[in-house]
Amino acid sequence: MAEVQELVTRLTKQFGCERESLLPILQDYVEEKRYLSKEAMVEIARQLDLSAADVYGTASFYSFLDTEERGEYVIRVCKSIIAEMKGKKEILRTLEDLLKVKVGGTTSCKKFTLLETNDIGWSDKEPSMLINDVPFTDLTPDKVIKIIAEYRKK
Amino acid sequence: MSNTNNSVSRADVIFGAYASEKYVVLEKALKRTPEDIIQELIDSGIRGRGGAGFPTGLKWKFAAQQQSDEKYVICNADEGEPGTFKDREILMKVPRKVFSGMAICGYVVGATKGMIYLRGEYKWLLPSLMKEREIFDEYIKSTNIDFSIEFILGSGAYVCGEETALIESMEGKRGEPRNKPPFPVVEGFKNKPTVVNNVETFVNVNMIMRMGYKEYDKLGTQDSRGSKLFSISGDTPKPGVFELELGMKLSEFVNEFGDGDTKAVQVGGASGFCVPRKKFDETIIGFEGIPTGGSMMIFNSTRSMYNVLHNYLEFFCEESCGQCTPCRVGTQQLLKGIEAIKNSERPESYLDQLLKLTDTMKIASKCGLGQSVANSFASIVENFTEEMVY
Amino acid sequence: METKQIKLSIDGVEVSVADGISILDAAKKINVHIPTLCHHEDLCVAGNCRICVVEVEGQRSLSASCATPAHEGMVIKTNTAKVRKARRDVAALLVSEHNTQCTTCYRSMNCELQAIASEYNVDNNIYLSVLKPNIQIDKSSWSIEKDDSKCIRCQRCVRTCAELQHVNALTVAHKGEHMKISTFLDLPMNEVVCTNCGQCINRCPTGALTERRYFDDLWEAIDDPTKHVVMNTAPSVRVALGEMLGYPVGTRVTGKMVAAMKKIGMDSVLDTDFTADLTIIEEGTELLGRLKKALVDKDPTVKLPMMTSCSPGWIKFIEHMYPEHLGHLSTCKSPQQMFGALAKTYYAEKKGIDPKDIVSVAIMPCAAKKYEANRPEMKSSGYQDVDAGLTTRELGFMIKQAGIDFRHLEDAQYDSFMGESTGAAVIFGATGGVMEAALRTAYEIVTGREVPFKNLNITPVRGTEGIKAASIKVENCVEEWKFLEGAELNVAVAHGLKNARIIMDQIAAGESPYHFIEVMACPGGCIGGGGQPIPTNEEIRKKRIAAIYEEDAGMSKRKSHENEEVIAMYKEYLGEPNGHKSHELLHTHYRKRNRY
Repeated sequence: MAEVQELVTRLTKQFGCERESLLPILQDYVEEKRYLSKEAMVEIARQLDLSAADVYGTASFYSFLDTEERGEYVIRVCKSIIAEMKGKKEILRTLEDLLKVKVGGTTSCKKFTLLETNDIGWSDKEPSMLINDVPFTDLTPDKVIKIIAEYRKK
Repeated sequence: MSNTNNSVSRADVIFGAYASEKYVVLEKALKRTPEDIIQELIDSGIRGRGGAGFPTGLKWKFAAQQQSDEKYVICNADEGEPGTFKDREILMKVPRKVFSGMAICGYVVGATKGMIYLRGEYKWLLPSLMKEREIFDEYIKSTNIDFSIEFILGSGAYVCGEETALIESMEGKRGEPRNKPPFPVVEGFKNKPTVVNNVETFVNVNMIMRMGYKEYDKLGTQDSRGSKLFSISGDTPKPGVFELELGMKLSEFVNEFGDGDTKAVQVGGASGFCVPRKKFDETIIGFEGIPTGGSMMIFNSTRSMYNVLHNYLEFFCEESCGQCTPCRVGTQQLLKGIEAIKNSERPESYLDQLLKLTDTMKIASKCGLGQSVANSFASIVENFTEEMVY
Repeated sequence: METKQIKLSIDGVEVSVADGISILDAAKKINVHIPTLCHHEDLCVAGNCRICVVEVEGQRSLSASCATPAHEGMVIKTNTAKVRKARRDVAALLVSEHNTQCTTCYRSMNCELQAIASEYNVDNNIYLSVLKPNIQIDKSSWSIEKDDSKCIRCQRCVRTCAELQHVNALTVAHKGEHMKISTFLDLPMNEVVCTNCGQCINRCPTGALTERRYFDDLWEAIDDPTKHVVMNTAPSVRVALGEMLGYPVGTRVTGKMVAAMKKIGMDSVLDTDFTADLTIIEEGTELLGRLKKALVDKDPTVKLPMMTSCSPGWIKFIEHMYPEHLGHLSTCKSPQQMFGALAKTYYAEKKGIDPKDIVSVAIMPCAAKKYEANRPEMKSSGYQDVDAGLTTRELGFMIKQAGIDFRHLEDAQYDSFMGESTGAAVIFGATGGVMEAALRTAYEIVTGREVPFKNLNITPVRGTEGIKAASIKVENCVEEWKFLEGAELNVAVAHGLKNARIIMDQIAAGESPYHFIEVMACPGGCIGGGGQPIPTNEEIRKKRIAAIYEEDAGMSKRKSHENEEVIAMYKEYLGEPNGHKSHELLHTHYRKRNRY
């Protein structure tokens, strides 16, 4: 709890306590903790003088502001029609096999969460995915295996 | 293809020319009066590059006319339309032209604050953009205007590309489109007059300032002036971003970019129109034909158009903001409806019912998202009926 | 400044309206009816249901008439094929995501979606059902039931909770097909910061938000020969119940209501007014005591201004939002809870009934009273003081269930004792009423004279303005209260929790100029309570308020300290106001609750 409070205080110092500070605060909180816990939302509500419901309602609108627990690395595989045409299914299968989770799941070590997402702006280089903020494009199963191996080492 | 003039005209202004100069165009613009600049933009006939195509000169003129202690310039970099990635290229390669266009806008309408709303998916662009901003800030100090640029990130919500939803999001709220009127040029960010333009529009303004409207107008056609960036993807040997003149025939485009077996092209992303092979020759890409934000998804004969439509509808069901009935429920009905027809739970004639529903969505939805679902639905269903049923 | 008038044409009729009003309001002016769902007069414009679309000449799309300002020269058509088709589609779409078991819905026949769907003759089979499967009704709260399967996502509840009440317990969560009205993390209603005021219920167009019903428990008690059912009715019920039974808004049905309850089989039909009068004696004494401590004893711990404590929604609000200022609250229980405590003690003793056999039921205009009845501290009698709190609406249903021909009932009188009432108690039902009643009594105690207002009508504290303030100079005091000689007593009245917040922020800042403040959680006071007949709007609330003051004006006694039964009870049972027994039965304490 103290840690949550500390982080939120740092963010409100950085971004202010106005309504328009809310998204940057939520975004940076998620960047550090990968998801918004109940405690985090309450603390943000407290410091911004909003209701907790309001914070939750706003966060839940945005696909990247998770309110469920996520792993250290959130993998978002693009599911646009172009991605589908270029082999998204195979990429997903590879990831599911590697991580031993289904889409929506988090590995038991809390290192990876596997999700799908709408178009991430790489239709010229599908299949693609984001790991946290970093895009990976022109994916092949082999490439995915290498990328995950790299991330496992981190 | 039988037509004689079957090549597309490439242009090379956006990425090619003057890419490395430091704010020369801005410097030139600041020596002119705002009225003069607005007039030139109106004369050039430039229309917004995001897809809706509102005349840019007029938008700036309205904003300039507003009396207000504070005005804002917003660059819409929430490029979420499926199959679009041209703004990514612009921001990667020529952010300077964007910043310059924004500063010109600030000068013209009387705003000192510029903001770039960058989709969360493009957060990786931020470091390079910030580097360019340092150069920009340095340059601005040497001018007689005050203009700052701030970056605001999205967090994964397609509807935030709608300008009033984008403003709501910038204000820290759910990105739900507002009722219009009032329009942002009158009451936008924090209820102050606000110009919202697409990334590419600012680049175009920069271009016009550089080359003059007469030169600019040599590109494209009477109704669709200038060149346009196209994001080309799908069944094509050369996916990527290409700068082409507006006003081309789709058949010309397909000749150049198709894989020889093109069955259909989705022009303008999921909210755009699907054109089947038989209509390639009669379809003009531009405001006189199919206007587009630049997404061109090419499908060859191995693709199921049912799958394509299904994918789009799933996308809309998720990305509708959910506040208005026609869009929130309509998108679900269309998706469930085509599934039911495919599974023979509803007869083929149910497609007509769904088409009628899209008519309502088109005229009764609150914003462009719900209104444009009809485009892809009707154009796919009408041109590929048998694929929907069997 | 004079507002500019503009002219427009609606369905071929020229209409002149103030610049900037909506097309919807302009149409109303010429009695053109446009259906609405997300629109509510008490709330800001949403423009999201799209049922109110109209055609504006020159525009390809239809416009939401509630959200589109009228401007000069507009040509509007409200009844074209395009408009009718769009409205019908919108209604059909809403029906397709709705739990259409209207036959068993509490809001059947009082449902705005049902009315529109029926009006447009919507075919339920046109579209597939997209109702989310397995929706559980949230019955966790004592007061409010939330059934998402009936929700049309108009957000009226969200706006009510935010704009009128500044509570924000409800929010819009998620987007697209998953968009829903939610609490924080979709937690059960009893686990979130909700005041139970029920204003969301009053503005819900469908059965998605309703009060938790207790009439089956009450029927059971009535049918049980071993139980003695004691009923009391709040002041504002008598001016609103008629709306449930086909009377025009603002009709007083006191006598028929009493008769109906007797016919239903209540063992004793008594009046909450009785304890309202008692509240005035207790609260007035408490106020004078605080003033004395502050002014004479110079006791720095005395909390002024003192604030009323009749409204349980308000109590929960302050417990959540301003827990550090609970000391400002009067320790008096609400009239409902005083009644409950006395029913199982004084009444039981006098009637010679074992309190365990007494079922004490309150008919209230209120949703929060249900929660209040179940507060663990409300057991001064040794039993749960109030067994059930029912709303005006529930009573209306019971009368219908009992098949009573309400219109032809002979007026009946409340039973005695604990049935006597004064006009001062009646006006508790309207905003400013508790204040007015308190002043009528306190002023007289202090000066020995009636309040210096014509016909005892203290008009500065009446009306629907959000916050009303008044100042009364106290002169020629009787000996005991000489220390108040020449003092200006500053009072304020707030209704709607939005206004309560303004008052509390003043107190928190140490800038409150007042000595005594009345707060009611609901707009208009109890007549606008969360248990009152639906719909509600400013006009309806004003009519109910007018009826309350009519009732007061017609009473033979109009000051609480003249209530004979109350006087007798002090003599026989309680001793003196704020005395030992009073404290035991009639006063309570408050608790700090979490803010988020």
